[in-house]
Amino acid sequence: MSVNAIASKDRSEKLQANFRRFFRWLTSPQVFLSLIMIAVIFYLVIIPLYRMLYTTFTVSDVDLRVIKDAEVGEFTFYHWIRMLTGRIAELMTYQPLVHSVTVSIGATMLALVIGGLMAWLVCRTDIPGRETIHMLAQVPYIMPSWTISMAWLVLFKNHTSGGTAGLLEYLTGTPPPDWLAYGPVPIIVSSGLHYYTFFFLFISAALLSIDSSLEEAGELAGAGRWRIMRKITFPLVIPAIVSGFIMTFSKAMGTYGGPNVLGVPVRYYTLSTMLKSNTSIGNSGDAFVTAIVLILFSMVTVLLNQKIVGTRKSYETIGGRGFMSKKVKLRNFKPVIVVLVVIFQFIIAVLPLVLLSINTFMLRDGIYNLDNFTLAHWLGRGDIKINSGEPGVLRNPRIWMGAWNSIRLSLLTAFFTAIMGVILGYSIVKGRGTFLSKLLEQLSFIPYVIPGIAFGAVYIAMFTKPVGPIPPLYGTFALLVVVSVAKHLPFSARTGVSAMMQVGKELEEAAAISGASPWRRFVRIIFPLTSTGFVSGFLLTFISTMRELSLIILLVTPTTAVLASQTMRYIENGNDQQANAVNILLIVLVLIGNFIISRFRGGSLKKGLGL
Amino acid sequence: MDTPIIINNLTKCFGDVVAVNNISLTIEPRTFLTLLGPSGCGKTTLLRCLAGLEDPDEGEIYIGDKLIYSHLKGVSLPPGQRDLGLVFQNYALWPHMTVYKNMTFALEIQKLSKEEMDKRVKESLAEVKMSGYEDRYPREMSGGQQQRIALARMLAYRPHVFLMDEPLSNLDARLRMDMRTELKRLHHISNATTVYVTHDQLEAMTMSSNIAVMKEGVIQQMDTPDKVYHYPANIFVADFIGSPKINLLEGRVASQDVVDFGKFNVPVHTFRKTGEVVVAIRPEDVTIHPNQVENGVEFIAYSVLPTGADTTIIAHKGDTELVIKEMGVSKIAMDQRIWLTFSKEAINLYDKASGNLITA
Repeated sequence: MSVNAIASKDRSEKLQANFRRFFRWLTSPQVFLSLIMIAVIFYLVIIPLYRMLYTTFTVSDVDLRVIKDAEVGEFTFYHWIRMLTGRIAELMTYQPLVHSVTVSIGATMLALVIGGLMAWLVCRTDIPGRETIHMLAQVPYIMPSWTISMAWLVLFKNHTSGGTAGLLEYLTGTPPPDWLAYGPVPIIVSSGLHYYTFFFLFISAALLSIDSSLEEAGELAGAGRWRIMRKITFPLVIPAIVSGFIMTFSKAMGTYGGPNVLGVPVRYYTLSTMLKSNTSIGNSGDAFVTAIVLILFSMVTVLLNQKIVGTRKSYETIGGRGFMSKKVKLRNFKPVIVVLVVIFQFIIAVLPLVLLSINTFMLRDGIYNLDNFTLAHWLGRGDIKINSGEPGVLRNPRIWMGAWNSIRLSLLTAFFTAIMGVILGYSIVKGRGTFLSKLLEQLSFIPYVIPGIAFGAVYIAMFTKPVGPIPPLYGTFALLVVVSVAKHLPFSARTGVSAMMQVGKELEEAAAISGASPWRRFVRIIFPLTSTGFVSGFLLTFISTMRELSLIILLVTPTTAVLASQTMRYIENGNDQQANAVNILLIVLVLIGNFIISRFRGGSLKKGLGL
Repeated sequence: MDTPIIINNLTKCFGDVVAVNNISLTIEPRTFLTLLGPSGCGKTTLLRCLAGLEDPDEGEIYIGDKLIYSHLKGVSLPPGQRDLGLVFQNYALWPHMTVYKNMTFALEIQKLSKEEMDKRVKESLAEVKMSGYEDRYPREMSGGQQQRIALARMLAYRPHVFLMDEPLSNLDARLRMDMRTELKRLHHISNATTVYVTHDQLEAMTMSSNIAVMKEGVIQQMDTPDKVYHYPANIFVADFIGSPKINLLEGRVASQDVVDFGKFNVPVHTFRKTGEVVVAIRPEDVTIHPNQVENGVEFIAYSVLPTGADTTIIAHKGDTELVIKEMGVSKIAMDQRIWLTFSKEAINLYDKASGNLITA
């Protein structure tokens, strides 16, 4: 053999070896799955974001009326200049931005104070009825976010802002002042009351996981109770507070229901309601600028928060051993505090539902006479004099279709989210420390900081035209599923990772040595050991999708309408009673779903939240 | 089972850390080889590379005549095809399966008949003295029992090579002693090539036919336990093996057979070497005399620590400290003057600069 032939043989052997090594790397399950997931996230998150940005710099046919001598598809700064410097910038961007930030910060602070106090009471004092408080604290999570807003209207609506009077005016005869009926105050209070539950759950989990010896050491050092609280307990709970802050703030920024119910009637627009109204008139370029402002603002706030606390993983709560720490004795204050807590929880968890229920039985809004009571909103046959001929909720085929859509959407979303959770959890945990694993974890976190309604807007940009192999999905039911699954990616990753962390890697390795294929290892070892976590994740996703509005409000069409969007339509048409009836139907369905799903394998809401 | 293991130039890095550094090693069939070393020395990584749970960065591994890993050829058999069994430190019993299911998991993959599986389970359980535990779940058993089941699970599928990763470290002292006995017995009967990882030198000494002492990814010495104990290849090995620790004294060569420690001299074997050396002598190779003797070096008994079977005496001379082990109960009292003699044959000399054993 000539020298050349040997050299070329060497080279080809080397090439083959390299190829084999690469192939082995590629086919190891965590790498393979990571790559697939990265591609999926790219498609679901990164490309849509890019497309949205692209649209704001492009001339569309709607713009031709305004921009002279331009062609569709040309590059332009028109939208940005108009939305950031034009005469309407004040009205369409800056004012809503100020409103959004005001409302979000206000609601978050209120939620923090209430949630923190409640958590402290439950975890650190000898308050009775701990279990009940804990259970009731989860109720807001089950209700749609605008439930309290609707109840607020039933109570505080006044004549001056138009429409019929609320219960308060009916009883006292004097209309409540405008600031109490509509605008920032009611939005802040109603969202704060709704979102306090995150702070409560996060902080109480953190408080329970603090090793009591840390506090006892402080006590032995001669520190008083207040000092211990400030110097030891509080800093340890900060990560939980930051988690709660990030979650609540970004939810409040992107929420549509509350501001639509309580803000729009007095033209108090937030970025989310502005985004909706811009989208409705078909001006995508402008709307997307609003969406980008919303996203940027939310992201910057979240990043600042993480920077200040100095931990990038602060959205994960402290998971530690639970230690029973010494309870503060409430002594003489006990009855007073108990009464306060009971009243408070009653106001949040029970009163709204009662008010809404009563409201659905009233023929005309705001008149509390017995002869005004009717079943028409539930069972009416569509009398033209009532609700402009809209039949009662339970007889309305459109509502049934909405209910079916809601259930279908929630089940499908929960199913795909759980599957994504399994895959994400496995690839991230198994690949711990590798570049792919880190990249995947970071990417899957992105939707977390994109406010719900903006995330919906992103998808208009993406799927109005076909993208690659995917047909234009706009207006289809499938799009709703896609957007919901994408928005839940951070939760998938989190439940997936925490479930996988429970399974020691040796358990899978032992199976590998026994000769089990990756699939067999998954089916026989990993899945059985993690299923509780995934059922909990499934439950959480089911519930949150059932009552999700902000995310899909921009994407629903009459045929794909879900219960949540139907409530809003009724409100916009002034059929408050029917809106409330739909809302109650929605809550009932959520409760039934919760009941059924939590039967399986001990799944629970708390586990789903990763607590 | 005549399965040798041949490892050539194996290297494995984690980022900048070289866990296994260019190790070549032949494990003869039927040996019980212990990889011994402090934590972080690469012993577990080496074992995991062998098992196929880690992919090395360089080198090749043969089990018998089967190539199971080669960087150059791009070959790496998955763990299940390497025909080896592994007992994990934390047992790794599948918590959702009974003992029977745990044990038949691999057998099902091998598609054995039901009768054969039953037979194997029965035999293996008998071997680890756990007959009748088939229907238990792991959490219904004590740590020691789980350990035995983990062993039985490996025995049931009859691998040609046994790998064990600190299998006894989670057990209490008494159980550990029992299990040592059993493991050694098991190896004696099965004669399977065994690679055992531990940081416990007592385990290594008592069970192995060979010990490989590792440090920073490199094998320092591979030898029989006897050789490793009596002729440590370097100061690290000398210092790591033995309890109480070996005495290491720095001195200068005075003449061909005397080392000068400043305050005293010690006669040693004749050897050709000058300059700085380290003298190593085991505590039991120092003899204590209550009265002055010829060649005896005077020390003060600083502390006397009897265990019952033997007594450890810490002796001082100025700032030189020596540890001495005497069998039985010592009559020496604290602060007493004592004279020490050193058994010439037991002394090892190390080059101070390289730390290596000086031979002749």
